[in-house]
Amino acid sequence: MSAPVLDVRSLSVEFESTLGTIHAVRDLSFSIGEGETLALVGESGSGKSTAAMALLRLIPNPPGRISSGAVLLAGRDLTALSEADLRGVRGREMAMIFQDPMMALNPVYTIERQIGEVLRLHLGLSKSEILAEVVELLRLVGVPAPEERARQYPHNLSGGMRQRVMIAMALACRPRLLIADEPTTALDVTVQAQVLDLIHGLKEKFGMAVLLITHDLGIVAETANRVVVMYAGRKVEEGTVGEIFADPRHPYTRGLLGAAKWEEADGDLLREIPGTVPSPFEMPSGCSFAPRCAEAIPLCRSAMPELKDVAPGRPVRCFLAEGRGHG
Amino acid sequence: MADGASRVASAGGAPILEVRELVKHYPIRGGLFSPSQMVHALDGVSLSVARGETLAVVGESGCGKSTLARCIIRLEQPTSGHILLKGADITVLAGRPLRELRRALQIVFQDPYASLNPRWSIASLIGDPMRLHGLAARGERRGRVASLLETVGLGPEFMDRYPHELSGGQRQRVAIARALAMQPEVIVCDEPVSALDVSIQAQVINLLKRLQRQFGIAYIFISHDLSLVKHISDRVAVMYLGQIVELAETRAARRRVLHPYSQALFSAAPVADPQAAAARKRIILAGDVPSPIEPPSGCRFHTRCPYRQDRCAREAPQLRAVEDRLVRCHFAGEPGFPPEVPA
Repeated sequence: MSAPVLDVRSLSVEFESTLGTIHAVRDLSFSIGEGETLALVGESGSGKSTAAMALLRLIPNPPGRISSGAVLLAGRDLTALSEADLRGVRGREMAMIFQDPMMALNPVYTIERQIGEVLRLHLGLSKSEILAEVVELLRLVGVPAPEERARQYPHNLSGGMRQRVMIAMALACRPRLLIADEPTTALDVTVQAQVLDLIHGLKEKFGMAVLLITHDLGIVAETANRVVVMYAGRKVEEGTVGEIFADPRHPYTRGLLGAAKWEEADGDLLREIPGTVPSPFEMPSGCSFAPRCAEAIPLCRSAMPELKDVAPGRPVRCFLAEGRGHG
Repeated sequence: MADGASRVASAGGAPILEVRELVKHYPIRGGLFSPSQMVHALDGVSLSVARGETLAVVGESGCGKSTLARCIIRLEQPTSGHILLKGADITVLAGRPLRELRRALQIVFQDPYASLNPRWSIASLIGDPMRLHGLAARGERRGRVASLLETVGLGPEFMDRYPHELSGGQRQRVAIARALAMQPEVIVCDEPVSALDVSIQAQVINLLKRLQRQFGIAYIFISHDLSLVKHISDRVAVMYLGQIVELAETRAARRRVLHPYSQALFSAAPVADPQAAAARKRIILAGDVPSPIEPPSGCRFHTRCPYRQDRCAREAPQLRAVEDRLVRCHFAGEPGFPPEVPA
């Protein structure tokens, strides 16, 4: 395999608060190759969105900071770049789309101006070139009547159309890496299917690497190549999408899958994960999942397990992962 | 009406709640140069639910499912139509008789952050409705709150806490305890788990199921999550632009749906199984849901329907019995319609 587009090495992100330091992301490593979709999966508080913001160096400082680690985009460490150099990377080499397109779109600018700004800043296109390119981009993301839409404002568009406009803006400079943070959570299922299809098609067309951040394992199953499962700031398991769904080794992954499939456990009751995600101020000693884990042994409550490969490319953070074979 | 279909239309036993031809139109005031218009949120919705039964109502935003929920509990006054609770028409009641009947009809909202007053302790949030309805004397109230909390899986220590101290799942349990305090016979659940984390959703669903078994409560379960609905409901109504387009027993709907919109909706729902996801073909509908201000002529789905014909734009189909269910489509029931989704 060629060198990865994105290589995240031991990334840690902390936030200072009056109650103490929050370790939002701890020692997170993963990489994404060209044309690959990696899903970062977890629930609220897992650190998945913080990790994404850290890749773009968008963590507000203070109170937050990247406390250690490196983020290599095509071999260049973004954590070491100056703010000025970083501006040449954001939007050009890596772009991000969000759950709520209204957060990313300026309500008082026309669609042409929003997308055009990216083209002007990064590619230095002229005014007439910009209009032609904006229309082309809108057509690419499946916006009907693009010439007309280019002159409209975000409030003239439906949620699905806004999402398409945001994707067009993200793709304006043909980035190597697209970060999609819950890109379809706010959309209806039939529109979600359209947008996921669009992202997939564009990834194939341009060979982009896609980092998909989601809590929805249905979307993961349909779009990702590889999966990183996070819990309480740490990676707990990684594997190909086939491996994760067919042979999950971490009890949290197993619980999540059971919940996502609405598996019935006893009678007609569903399989559930008891308890809740621990508060960042009351992290349990030992494994952070131990208090909710049915299989925990005394060791789990005293020591944090390290990530250990159960097979090549299959790190799992659980003392009992190796014994927990298929089925 | 075919025998199976009439059973589907009217719930298993005697209905505890019945909605007949419910219509809700919202006027939008026009601007200086634009005439006033009507949002057709609900156009003739009829359904019923029996004791201990779960009826799911599914559809996308703008289909009217939340308006339906709000009309049923009379947060909104319907434009026309009737809502019968235990045979009594609650749309014509007001004042004290309405309050008394409505006790039996409770709602749990999607967002437990918005539905609980942040300045009230959990004990008052659950206890105050009991006071209003005279359900527990002052001296008994705390004891009753504690036992309700226990029923929903929370300890008595929660009584003196405030909503902000609770997680989303805990808040939703409080909202459920508050509904239970009224000893309801029907609870309208409006997306009760969609704001919760995946691992917490199953906990809350299991709680709702246990309560149903214990107290025989009927649920009208409003949801956009089809995989959830398939597991928890007895019957399912699919809505599109203010109308029911298909009403079937969930068991039958899991096998096959007959309306082209139901088919697209069910096929678009992501499935947490990569092999099944790769094997199946999704129907990707073109375009967005049309505006409920000017719903399309004829069949409201015709603008997005992959199988539309000329007739569909002219003639509005009725909800009619087809095989074991009700379907609003001219062609449902014809051999091979809708075509199987090509694999």
